[in-house]
Amino acid sequence: MTLLTVQNLTVRRGECPVVDNASFAISPGECVGLIGPNGAGKTSLLRGALGLLPFEGTSTLAALPTRKRAAQAAWLPQNREIAWPMNVERIVALGRLPYLARGARLGPTDQSAVDAALTRMGLQTYRARLATALSGGEQARVLIARTLAQDTPLLMADEPIAGLDPAAQIATLQVFEALAQEGRAVLTSLHDLSLAGRYCTRLILMGAGRIIADGSPRDVLTPDLLAQVFRLQAEVLDTPHGPIIQPLGVLT
Amino acid sequence: MKLFGALMVLTGGMFLASLFVGYAAISVPEGLAALIGRGNPLYVTIMQDIRLPRALLAAMVGVSLGLSGAAMQGYLRNPLAEPGLIGVSGSAALGAVIALQTGLAAAFLLALPIAALAFAALAVGLILLLAGPRGSSLTLILAGIAVSAFAAALTSLTLNLSPNPYAASEIMFWLMGSVANRAMSHVWLALPIMALGWILLAGLGRGLDALTLGEDAAEALGISLSRLRLQLLLGTAAAVGAATAVAGAVGFVGLVVPHILRRFAHGRPSTLLWASALGGAAMVLAADLTTRLILPDRDLKLGVVMALIGAPLFLHLIYKTRREIA
Repeated sequence: MTLLTVQNLTVRRGECPVVDNASFAISPGECVGLIGPNGAGKTSLLRGALGLLPFEGTSTLAALPTRKRAAQAAWLPQNREIAWPMNVERIVALGRLPYLARGARLGPTDQSAVDAALTRMGLQTYRARLATALSGGEQARVLIARTLAQDTPLLMADEPIAGLDPAAQIATLQVFEALAQEGRAVLTSLHDLSLAGRYCTRLILMGAGRIIADGSPRDVLTPDLLAQVFRLQAEVLDTPHGPIIQPLGVLT
Repeated sequence: MKLFGALMVLTGGMFLASLFVGYAAISVPEGLAALIGRGNPLYVTIMQDIRLPRALLAAMVGVSLGLSGAAMQGYLRNPLAEPGLIGVSGSAALGAVIALQTGLAAAFLLALPIAALAFAALAVGLILLLAGPRGSSLTLILAGIAVSAFAAALTSLTLNLSPNPYAASEIMFWLMGSVANRAMSHVWLALPIMALGWILLAGLGRGLDALTLGEDAAEALGISLSRLRLQLLLGTAAAVGAATAVAGAVGFVGLVVPHILRRFAHGRPSTLLWASALGGAAMVLAADLTTRLILPDRDLKLGVVMALIGAPLFLHLIYKTRREIA
């Protein structure tokens, strides 16, 4: 059983394909890191797979009716928007919207999902704070908690740890790792290659709209592939904690 | 819930005050008897044909403007948005002005509001055509601005070509907005259309809540943005079009009321919807009362008083926002 199957997905911006014929499947228990340089098509791939962009090919998520899709996959967009001065708990509770009937209040299941999400992101003491008055990194954690409260089999996140402090970055990826171990799945784009190598069970490497490599971190994070896709001269240190990438220079 | 109770009491109080404050001194028991058709026939006429439609229309117009203002701000995620933005009120006003200019308004009592409604409907069709069935919030606003600019130009043109100064001043006075000298037939004409708009707008709550997180996140939360946009457009058009048709252009309500109440609604757009509906009713009733209490013989216009109250309130809000940002 897979949670998401994408076949021959192509997303075009005008005539030019920004995602070119991508195929992959995500199974329960996987924490998949989507890596690639800026403009490689990571965001377009994620949005296309969700059906938020027009695309060619097939995606099992995009084929679902919107409410069913919202119960199947949570989505954390790259730009972090909190439009109104609502408190943290109310923002996180927005993740329960797909399960609430029109005008219904949060039930006990909803409240426990919200509480669990706040606890997982270490936000219990922030509950009553105005989300708009928090720092950028704290807002990012609130929005991750919102997707966790949606309590879906699949979590898709676009650069969730950008702008977080190192401890918060690791804590967030540990939450993703734990979700995968519970039998859910995570698909997240990342820029920190060492963290990606350490916490993801599998990496998908994109370059110029195509999937260049798809496999275990050790198979994907090789000096050759890094040079080819990222134009990066890097040393890959194989450690007991997973591969550590030390970028050394830019190839011209 | 406390907010709901407070707003209900405020609106109810304003409504009663609107019924019992006026040029003719009628005591409360006499007035209540007259409302159900008992007692002095003169009082019966005043209560049933003058004050009741006036109070009802003020409340209905307030609900329409408050509700659509809150919906518009929620949809655009912008506290400066207001219902006039989509051009429906400007187009309804143009319809009314043409009815006044051509003399159609004098033909029968409801000619003017019906002409205004027809133009409001026309504007909605035009905006739908311009903005397309699936576009973003930006195309909706651009289409709205285009339509309202065109409507404003045609309104000015009509005034410009007006054959005599009396017609021109009649138009000017109508444009200032008022709920005075309206009959129950105005209420019956506007109520079904407004009610349809209220139902459409009240159903936007969960979509607007989700939009707090941006369009992408809202769509992934199971909200159909194109449906939401259509519902917002039709709801605002029905509510505001009907309000403009019976009361003329009354500004500031849709802008200021959601702004004032946002804090009490804990920022939640769905709570703000009904809170602004009640708050809008209270505000328009209060403004209409003010026109009767100060300068009762000069026929002060509702839209003028509303702007006089609204502008300083808005300045105060700007001042407060500035302090919060600093």
